[in-house]
Amino acid sequence: MSDWESFITIIGLTVITVVTRCFFLIPERELRLPGWVQRGLRFAPLAALAAVVVPEVVMSQGQLISTWQDARIYAVVAATAWFFWRRGILGTIVAGMAVLVPLKLLLGW
Amino acid sequence: MSSPLRVLVRHPQFAAGMREMSGVSLGIAAWGLVTGVAMVKAGLSIPLSLLMTFTVFAGSAQLAAIPLMGAGSPTWVIWATALCVNLRFVIFSAHWRPFFMRFPRGQRMLLGYLTADLNYVLFMKKFKEPRDDEGQVEYFLGSSFMSWLAWQVPSVLGIVLADVVPTHWGLGFAGVLALLGLGYALLSDKATSFAAVVAGAAAVAAFALPYRLNMVVAIAAAVCIGLMIDGGGDAGRRVLASLMRTKPRDRVAS
Repeated sequence: MSDWESFITIIGLTVITVVTRCFFLIPERELRLPGWVQRGLRFAPLAALAAVVVPEVVMSQGQLISTWQDARIYAVVAATAWFFWRRGILGTIVAGMAVLVPLKLLLGW
Repeated sequence: MSSPLRVLVRHPQFAAGMREMSGVSLGIAAWGLVTGVAMVKAGLSIPLSLLMTFTVFAGSAQLAAIPLMGAGSPTWVIWATALCVNLRFVIFSAHWRPFFMRFPRGQRMLLGYLTADLNYVLFMKKFKEPRDDEGQVEYFLGSSFMSWLAWQVPSVLGIVLADVVPTHWGLGFAGVLALLGLGYALLSDKATSFAAVVAGAAAVAAFALPYRLNMVVAIAAAVCIGLMIDGGGDAGRRVLASLMRTKPRDRVAS
């Protein structure tokens, strides 16, 4: 891809960011969302997080992982344990990485 | 510094937003660094990588688009992929609308541009309905400023230092762990927990869909299940009744 094509692609991606993030913010007139949509939206944030996180943990190259020798599993267990013990997100990240990095570097998982 | 800006940054909710976002900023930073490295490794020049990080400003869309750009995929395929990855922001924007409607359109668009995943999640956890007396927008801008910094500084570092930053030790997973922790913080009742389990399962089951449309399938499935449990219909009551009979631990195991 030439620099010029890349430039056009990046400008298009910027437009996509703006249009998707502002989609329902653009209309001026009153916009009544149906009641079920408003109620349903409260499930969207957690659903989006779960939809990103779960495949990142249990899949590799588009397949479910089939081995226990995967550092991510143990990192998530450690991070989960930390969260429900201490309730801090920073500690959750640190605890998970503290398990992940040695397993990856020392055992090559 | 102009006066309205000074008033903004001195607002207690601006500081609260920054503080609460700082809890996950380590994860954002790791992800930003990985994204910065990935852009240069995929063959983008440094100026174009900098342009991309400062304009596109959407980590998941960038991470989806970068390998396609590196492989020379057609431009429309790259755009379609990013559009689908970003579809969740369309859903979020419906949720943001009542909170931002008291601003003119130009300012709404600026606020909208800043709405990413983590500031959305933190905001909606804190504020249940729009009010103009509790500094909601100040909180939003504080958390957005923090996440912008936590993303852009490491991203630029990654671009500049792409050849010396090692990523094979699983640096990018810190971002996943940040999302995981935030997800746990959002577990409030049985309906949201169950909807999250459904979303995770649907995202895996639909993983083979092109353009990462599994995200959209997962959110749609979770919203449907949540609505069923929450209120409507016979099916919902039956799911709710079975959840009430089951201990949470058993449900996760099954």
